[in-house]
Amino acid sequence: MIRRSLTLFAGLFVLILVIGWFMGVPFTSSRLVEAAAYSLIAMGLNIQWGYGGLFNFGIMGFMMLGGVAVTFISYPVNPQFWGSDGPWMLGRALIAFGAGALLVIAAQQSHRVGVRGGWKMALTALAWFIGYCVYRSQIDPAAAYIEANAGWVGGLGGHPVLGWIFGGVLAAGAAYIVGKITLGLRTDYLAIATIGISEIIRALVKNMDWLTRGTLTVSPIPWPTPLPGDYQAGGMDAQTALLAARGGFLLLVLVIFAVAMFLISRAYAGPWGRMMRAIRDNHISSASMGKNVTARQLEIFVFGSVLMGIGGAILVSFVQINDPSSYQPINHTFLIWVMVIVGGAGNNWGAVFGAVLIWLVWIISDPLAQLLFGTISHWSGQIGWGEIPDIQSRASQMRIFVLGAVITIALRFAPRGLIPEVVRREG
Amino acid sequence: MTELIFFINQVVIAGAVLGSIYALGAIGITLIFGILRFAHFAHSELMTGGAFIAFLLATLFAAWGVTAPIPMGFVVLPLAMVLGAVFALGIDKGFYAPLRKRGAKPVTLLIASIGVTLMIQGLIRLFFGSGSYSFFENEPKDVFRVDMSALGSTRPLVITEPQILMIAVTAIAVIALHLFLTRSRLGKAMRAMADNADLAQVSGINTALVVRVTWVIAGALACMAGTMLALDVTLKPDLAFNIILPIFAAAIVGGLGQAYGAIAGGLLIGFAETLAVFNWSMVLKPLNAVLPEWMQLPQTLALVPTEYKLTVAFVILVVTLLVRPTGIFKGASS
Repeated sequence: MIRRSLTLFAGLFVLILVIGWFMGVPFTSSRLVEAAAYSLIAMGLNIQWGYGGLFNFGIMGFMMLGGVAVTFISYPVNPQFWGSDGPWMLGRALIAFGAGALLVIAAQQSHRVGVRGGWKMALTALAWFIGYCVYRSQIDPAAAYIEANAGWVGGLGGHPVLGWIFGGVLAAGAAYIVGKITLGLRTDYLAIATIGISEIIRALVKNMDWLTRGTLTVSPIPWPTPLPGDYQAGGMDAQTALLAARGGFLLLVLVIFAVAMFLISRAYAGPWGRMMRAIRDNHISSASMGKNVTARQLEIFVFGSVLMGIGGAILVSFVQINDPSSYQPINHTFLIWVMVIVGGAGNNWGAVFGAVLIWLVWIISDPLAQLLFGTISHWSGQIGWGEIPDIQSRASQMRIFVLGAVITIALRFAPRGLIPEVVRREG
Repeated sequence: MTELIFFINQVVIAGAVLGSIYALGAIGITLIFGILRFAHFAHSELMTGGAFIAFLLATLFAAWGVTAPIPMGFVVLPLAMVLGAVFALGIDKGFYAPLRKRGAKPVTLLIASIGVTLMIQGLIRLFFGSGSYSFFENEPKDVFRVDMSALGSTRPLVITEPQILMIAVTAIAVIALHLFLTRSRLGKAMRAMADNADLAQVSGINTALVVRVTWVIAGALACMAGTMLALDVTLKPDLAFNIILPIFAAAIVGGLGQAYGAIAGGLLIGFAETLAVFNWSMVLKPLNAVLPEWMQLPQTLALVPTEYKLTVAFVILVVTLLVRPTGIFKGASS
């Protein structure tokens, strides 16, 4: 098992070297930083799916929350907003939100004063409606005012690492609410419900221009480590400065990754991990052993989502731009699933291996397809069939096909992944 | 009266069209779930693929000089549905049947269906690019404006020819499906297998045949829904990928495994989406004359801003899952 993993990782290392040889060091170094962030996210999904057997198809939503969080914390302060009536109006909207929430809670507790059955249901629905209207009546003018006068709320000017932590916290909060609603449903329902919720998050982030600047995008988002420009100011040449800056960023991500890996491996090897495996494999028997299945599943759902939030935040920090319209279910949710399935669900190193491998495959299938199409086109042009039109845009679609092909082949021939879960038998 | 006609134009017609498309998609999903017990995500690609098949056929027919009084998309629909059914059968044979044979869990089939989605999506984009196509490039899209001044309305009732045909074709398909499920031997076998697969098998029902028939029906209806959607708007590679979630919501709200539930759920979600983004101040404008100064209605009074139209389906879905997870028609829940 160990030998197999080592061989696979050595192969991966060779693949990275080959890509570095052909595509150049600047390209490869930035892909590596992204691969490290994706490893973190894939580990998050591995916790949820591999350890807990939870079907989370809302990865995109949690990554988006991370991106918004890091933008909000680390982007410089917008004095126009803080000098205007904006904060005051937002405060009123918050109070309206609180009032609406109180109303709904009151309606839900109305059975204490003798309102029952259908009446209680009607009252709750009415409370939701009134609460929604009250909130909308405050937030709509506030949003319009901020967008007209200050553009958007701006950031807080904090350190990006604080933003990453906040991304994790925000994702955890969202995961708690999502988990409360959807856990306990059967797998298919959970998948669809989580996709639905991530689409709601996407619609909100895309359209709440006052908070996230929506499709106008925010850039440049600061780096936690010195930028290439800072090194160049210190007298380095452009190439070395780029490598030094990216190396610094990669090192920081790897430190976070190592800490997460250490903590998860420790937890999984302990009684907590055994309990989680028991719940995953047979939740009825573990419930009869006195384990609180729903609470434990909620716990694991939140833990996994924290890593997704942090990973999403790191990616946004690295590319320095928060563009809500760049988030697609294929590129963010399904890609991560392919990583974990191909790598090996239930094995952290498998998930990491899958993350790096699939990310590289995803990236290089575009130039490879272009090369392939160029050759075919050249050949078909020579024998008189005419050349393939707009190769550039067609080739970039090829990677979606490759992704689909990889997952179907993996399910057919290596359903447990390349580095499968190690089932330890005690006693 | 003007307000009522406006309401019909904006909500009743649009909701019925959207609802029919959702319903046709949701029937396929719910039947597959009932028989094979997995959520078939690649249904969106059956729809898009079917629409592209219909588009190619329509182009071919037009090139051969075939002319018809109705839009070409509807002329080729029966043929396209046959090809769509074959397409669905082929996908099952190639991707799901080997996994089923191995005894894979429904979750594995679900993930496989996502792989299939990505592959077909990639292939369609590879061949057709990412631009959009229209069925009405060489023929006009007839728009009927029924004059309603006799009823005292200043606005005409507006409906396009594809929309009328679409609602009619959906009604025919639903009635045909109803007759098939209740009258024919095979349809009864299908319902029996959806209720209890093991019991159906020991009663001598040919389950392999039922599975094939399920794919044929699902593929044909998906092709129909995709073509109609492409006729109503435009044909593009992510045509159905964007609406697969409302369709799933429709199937779940109706009760997974229940064909009639899927129809009800589809119409419910379709109307809910159009009603939620409908601008009520246009209808309630006459009230402004009665209401005091401080209660005048604003210019736009929609329940949900238009940008959030797609989220309506998910909110309904989440509420259904919380309040009545089995859906309206008591579908499978565990």
